[in-house]
Amino acid sequence: MVLKITLGVLLTAVIVFGIGLPMSPHPQAWYELPVIPGLEEKARIIFFHVPTAWLSVVAFLTSMVYAVQYLRTRDLGYDIRSSAAAGLGLMFCILATVTGAVWAKFNWGSYWNWDPRETSIFVLLLIYGAYFSLRSAVEVQEKRATLSSAYAVIAAVTVPFFIFIMPRIMPGLHPGSKGDPEGAGPVVDFKMSPNMRVIFFASLIAFTLLFQWMFSLRVRAAQIEARNQQRG
Amino acid sequence: MNGALRLTGRGLRKEFDRRTVFRDVDFTAGAGETLLITGRNGSGKSTLVRIMCGVLSPSAGTIALEGAGDPHLRAGLVAPYLQMFEEFSPLENLQIGAGLRGMHFDAGRARELLERVGLAGRLHDAVRTFSSGMKQRVKYAFALQHDPAVLLLDEPAANLDEEGIALTRAVMAEQRRRGVLVVATNDLADVETFERRVDLNAAR
Amino acid sequence: MPHGRSRAGAFLLSVRTVFLKDWRSELRTRYAVSALLMFVVTTIAIILFSLGSEGASPDALAGMLWVVIFFAAMSGLSRTFVMEEERGTTLTLQLAAPPAAVFFGKLLFNLVLVTGINAITVLLYAGFINGFVIRTMSIFAVAVALGSIALAAASTVIAAIIARANTRGTLYPVLSFPIMLPLLLSVIEATRKASEGAYFAEAGGEFQLLISYIVVVVVSSSMLFEYIWKD
Repeated sequence: MVLKITLGVLLTAVIVFGIGLPMSPHPQAWYELPVIPGLEEKARIIFFHVPTAWLSVVAFLTSMVYAVQYLRTRDLGYDIRSSAAAGLGLMFCILATVTGAVWAKFNWGSYWNWDPRETSIFVLLLIYGAYFSLRSAVEVQEKRATLSSAYAVIAAVTVPFFIFIMPRIMPGLHPGSKGDPEGAGPVVDFKMSPNMRVIFFASLIAFTLLFQWMFSLRVRAAQIEARNQQRG
Repeated sequence: MNGALRLTGRGLRKEFDRRTVFRDVDFTAGAGETLLITGRNGSGKSTLVRIMCGVLSPSAGTIALEGAGDPHLRAGLVAPYLQMFEEFSPLENLQIGAGLRGMHFDAGRARELLERVGLAGRLHDAVRTFSSGMKQRVKYAFALQHDPAVLLLDEPAANLDEEGIALTRAVMAEQRRRGVLVVATNDLADVETFERRVDLNAAR
Repeated sequence: MPHGRSRAGAFLLSVRTVFLKDWRSELRTRYAVSALLMFVVTTIAIILFSLGSEGASPDALAGMLWVVIFFAAMSGLSRTFVMEEERGTTLTLQLAAPPAAVFFGKLLFNLVLVTGINAITVLLYAGFINGFVIRTMSIFAVAVALGSIALAAASTVIAAIIARANTRGTLYPVLSFPIMLPLLLSVIEATRKASEGAYFAEAGGEFQLLISYIVVVVVSSSMLFEYIWKD
């Protein structure tokens, strides 16, 4: 209960301050955010887009860890957790992709550019899509759990390669990549004033807590459904 | 006869899709004994057979075979749902069977075995061209080639004529001399005698 | 029962038997090879027709070669497992052979199949698509070799997954593509470099990635396979 309220307050604060605090070229007061040349108002997306992207990766790793546990123990409870995490991951991944595309339109003129980070989030989306397609194709629970867990593991194993090859191949538009035309530097460390940093990390924490909360809800719902099925 | 040979199952339970097929199944059988598995259609006879072969894991409980050698040399299975490699001949199937098990293939002994199960003259024809009765004989040869410690027969008389049923009886008698025989069937006439029994009708 | 064989010897015999069984079966029916050949010929023909007299940039042509190779792989490499399910012989293999032997035997089969088809694809592509020019042959040869091995490695475990899922083949490319992206990007980049005439050392990064990809995928697949294979 306390967690829910804290989460609600935190998220509201992040949203209000992230969107509402004014930006000025020479911030004086604690509530003034700096203007970043080239980004200006669009910088606000940092508070929302980055956490969702971050969470879609965290969810994927969570899903993989539970997948490994399922394969080792054959306890369907782990599979419930694995797919609950993946479902949330898919949602955050879609959010990240969409917020990213909208921002891209405003900043670079087009919705999609095959910048390395855009491509990475797209690949993650493909992996989630494949995972759920596989799950929907298998009817028997135990087999569904085994096969999708195996896929989650093999996907997780190949993802690091993708992270390594991307920067070699493509210069990027994203703030922080090697070809960034605006020279705005790496996303987190540059030019974020202390108060921006506070809001940013608060947002990160808030979204992570949101994930935790939604995850536990989904798991509990799935467990109740499973118990009902057993009785019936 | 291997006196140390013993097949034991304790507290075996299998669930599929939240549905319990059977639970609390216990049994034990030693060399020279026949274990009979009975139960209605759908009671899980074939599931239990698969678990005994080691190709299916139980949801709970343990199964163990003591006193036998390599895992892949322990069990032989003859069942309607076990297919041979039908694009190959019976002799080639035996060669594949030996190779898969990591065993040296003795073509002479294989020929003898195939003749004993009544396939003389069809040694080199593709199994695809055989009748179901003859395919059953190939399955017997495939299962017996490595002198299994445990021979499992699921519906042993399926597809067989009188001659074939005589063959089955001979095989069963021989296995009782060698090791453990497991028969899953609803037709008690299939077995001449049995020492142990698992009735899956009572295990739901 | 005379064994006269060590554990390792018995295991290798198992692997060889799995491989030879698939190989001989394929020789008799010639199903996979002829279908794959037709697929490659048709795809290259389609590309030729759609390019027309326009042609395309060397970069685009480098990429397209691997598109053809990827889809040919998707056409043919699941067969080794799907065939066992269709014929009902999965249980037979589960019973008689150690899971790892089944995996490596079929991996070997896919390796031979994909290498053969890729060699033919490359020859047809280079022969018929004008504008596709390779200036540094050594880079290209190594890229095709490593790419084929990596393709075989990744496709075999996914083939096992979809075969056990008893799904139609449409799921195969869906599952394979994200897994194979690092490999595809690497070989396309290496092919591009070979096209431009770069020095062999310049493709070192791509080759390193391919080799480590192969190792990682083969090791993790072999560990996962036992879970996928056994019920």
